Amino acid sequence: MIDFTNVSITYSGASSPVLRGVTLHVPEGELCLVIGATGSGKSSLLGAVNGLVPHFTGGRLSGSVTVAGRNTRDHPPRELADVVGVVGQNPSASFLADTVEDELAYTMESLGLAADVMRRRVEDTLDLLGLVALRDRAVATLSGGEAQRVAIGAVLTAHPQILVLDEPTSALDPAAAEDVLAALQRLVHDLGMTVLLAEHRLERVVQHADSVVWLPGDGTAVRGTPAQIMAHSPITPPIVSLGRELAWTPLPLTVRDARIPGRRLREVLPPEPPTDPPRIPGAILAETRALTVRYGGVLALRRAGFVAREGEIVAVMGRNGAGKSSLLAALTGLLKPAEGQVRIAGRDPRELRGRELTSHVGLVPQQPGDLLYAETVHAECAAADRDARAPRGTAGGLLHRIAGALDLDLHPRDLSEGQRLALALAVVLTSAPPLVLLDEPTRGLDYPAKERLVHTLVGLAGAGHAVVLATHDVELAAEVSTRTVVLAGGEIVADGPSRQVVTQSPVFAPQIAKVLAPLPYLTVRDVRRALAAVPG
Amino acid sequence: MHRNGRLLHPAAWWLWALGLAYAAMRTNNAILLLAIVCVAGVVVSTRRGPAPWANAYSLLLKLGALTVVVTMLLQLLLGVRTPGHVLVHLPSAPLPHWAGGISIGGDVSAEAMLNAFVSGLRLAVLIACFGAANALAHPARLVRIMPAALYEVGVAIVVAMTIVPQLAESVVRVRAAQRLRGRRVTGLSGLRGILVPVLELALERAIALAASMDSRGYGRRAEQPPAVRRFAGGGVLLGLGAAVVGTYQLISGGGQRLGVGLLAGGTLVALAAGFVAGRRTRRTRYRPDQWRAAEWLVLGCGVLVALSYALAVHDPLAAGVALEWPPLRPLPFVATLVAALPAVATPEPPGLAPRGHAAVRSVQIAALEESVRA
Repeated sequence: MIDFTNVSITYSGASSPVLRGVTLHVPEGELCLVIGATGSGKSSLLGAVNGLVPHFTGGRLSGSVTVAGRNTRDHPPRELADVVGVVGQNPSASFLADTVEDELAYTMESLGLAADVMRRRVEDTLDLLGLVALRDRAVATLSGGEAQRVAIGAVLTAHPQILVLDEPTSALDPAAAEDVLAALQRLVHDLGMTVLLAEHRLERVVQHADSVVWLPGDGTAVRGTPAQIMAHSPITPPIVSLGRELAWTPLPLTVRDARIPGRRLREVLPPEPPTDPPRIPGAILAETRALTVRYGGVLALRRAGFVAREGEIVAVMGRNGAGKSSLLAALTGLLKPAEGQVRIAGRDPRELRGRELTSHVGLVPQQPGDLLYAETVHAECAAADRDARAPRGTAGGLLHRIAGALDLDLHPRDLSEGQRLALALAVVLTSAPPLVLLDEPTRGLDYPAKERLVHTLVGLAGAGHAVVLATHDVELAAEVSTRTVVLAGGEIVADGPSRQVVTQSPVFAPQIAKVLAPLPYLTVRDVRRALAAVPG
Repeated sequence: MHRNGRLLHPAAWWLWALGLAYAAMRTNNAILLLAIVCVAGVVVSTRRGPAPWANAYSLLLKLGALTVVVTMLLQLLLGVRTPGHVLVHLPSAPLPHWAGGISIGGDVSAEAMLNAFVSGLRLAVLIACFGAANALAHPARLVRIMPAALYEVGVAIVVAMTIVPQLAESVVRVRAAQRLRGRRVTGLSGLRGILVPVLELALERAIALAASMDSRGYGRRAEQPPAVRRFAGGGVLLGLGAAVVGTYQLISGGGQRLGVGLLAGGTLVALAAGFVAGRRTRRTRYRPDQWRAAEWLVLGCGVLVALSYALAVHDPLAAGVALEWPPLRPLPFVATLVAALPAVATPEPPGLAPRGHAAVRSVQIAALEESVRA
């Protein structure tokens, strides 16, 4: 269905090709997962399938890409719209109509299909993706998960043979991500569609994949079954890491597979994982009392009582729209409480301005790029030093510690997601705020970048900062957080030690906890340390 | 059976609103004007769609109310001093002769204030009619029925309308980010810090949109020589332009023959060019708006109002109104009330269906909360 023959892609101005001599064949009816670190060429590979690379992006493509018998050399993207459907990273940026129904019909209108055919296909697609209730909604009012499914529906109505998706679940909460993946699974199984999917969050998708294409980063591509690739790839979900560490064969990819060899492990492990000596809770840095926030007529938070102490890492979890971002915004004084109080070091953050605010609390927003506006990384760091009245080189030093060596002459927008997050975090930390807030920090991060982030956050907590992160990433929360707060419909429904809270909820439990339930182990590290302590 | 209603053809609503607007322009009878605005309100409240822009009527109604107040304030402070029952005497300042009888302050008569009220009201009713048309059928839906030759223009309009709210959202986001960095969000330097990231975001969005349009088949078309393409595009614009000028000639009472000629000729040219251009696009239309009995009814009501006012109302608009309770004129009044018929006699708009998915979700949340609490 998709054939790459000796494909190399070089963008103008780049010294080396992104993809080098890639030969690849994806047969019909397969769900193929594309994995690789940031910058390894995932997006280029996906874009080449429908000819956006190089017809739209520019650059040079040698070799040939053939999809459903058509060579992308002679067929620009619009001439492939009837065989390839593409859903980008940010679906709401790709909407072309104002209501859901019209959006679903757009591609068909371009293709010139007859009115009765269009009508039938729209109805079919509404049913297939569970969108019936949304048909008359304006696309601007959709939530993240809804928008993602509408975007998939909008390309499905053209009955493409191939569906290409770039990180379809990265912005979604675990439940919404399951919805989207279930819909994809149905397309592959019921309609024989070929799906090519890039995703960083392997723990969510690898069990759904028929094959995996791994881009090691040197421009080549390796294709194999999920088990083959997972046995060697440096990027693995926690279950695979555990299986590889304990040399389980066959290598488990799903929780169900892992529970069988896991039975013996559960017998060996002590009932409680060895934990660090409990830290004495530090002073209260931030507190909300009966905080109610209204946001455009909607109740975003309802009488929420929240506390963050020195040395803590608090994970705030909940569905899209549960009030996580509102809580962070209220803690920085960006939102006006309708009722209740917010106190940062005993003061109302809304009264704090300028350096007074930044030296008390720092927030890395969902789009870290919002914080950045200098032309180069170097200028950004210099500006941060000036704003914070910190000695020159403070921000640069922090950046180096968080992200390693970076090209300081790059424009911040040319950085990878992980590097941009690191820069924003460095800028925030330059004024050394005791309270550090991060909104959805792992969106679009690959595993190495995530590992560096974990390291940084643990270091911050060790130095006495309080870290609060709003996240959908259950694995990250399990890895770093000491306390977990669960929000639902604006109310705090759970607040306690992470180990307790996440093991009690199937939605927020990390993979290892599911494998070893009822034992309260959350991460591979927990298991490793426990096994090291077990004699023999 | 659950009747999934339909939205009427946008042109029917716009013509209906045009009829009301024409009626409002013909009269300075406060009762009739208030009747028109009430009728528009009744129809809007029962037949507007579920989309966010359906609030246009109440928004423009408020703007209209503001117009009345401003007109009367202006009349109070400075205006043509018509003689009559003096309400108040304000300290006055003489204006030179060339000001044309306008004075600041002076004797304010009840007649002058009433006239100001009525002319303000007329303007407010016109604005409300426009708001009603917007609420009942968004301009974007009008774009959909434009000839194929203007398709590109239509797309540009729709895209622009989606970008404006997004631009506003990015301004909010960037302002928040500036505050988080402890920077000024006001003044010239603050403006730069906001403008640059917002423009960058807009540019990124535009690129994403263009990529999306390309990969979704925008611009697939049958081959046509460029000369024909240019003729078609130019012809449509030229023809429509001529038609507009012709209409203006007719309304303003200029050259009647010239007006009719321009209107007819322009329309013909636009139609012909549209036909040629339409052959180029292979696009089809999903669920094109249909013209059925209900649309005829709506159009009929609009025409009835316009006709009855044209025949029965000959208000001397320039002379102003007398200081008395306005007379009730049966024919136009009844015709105005008849224009409210679409509020009950047309199919209902599709309402917001119960959100099944949301309901399922809330059950899931409830289960989750329970398990977390346990």
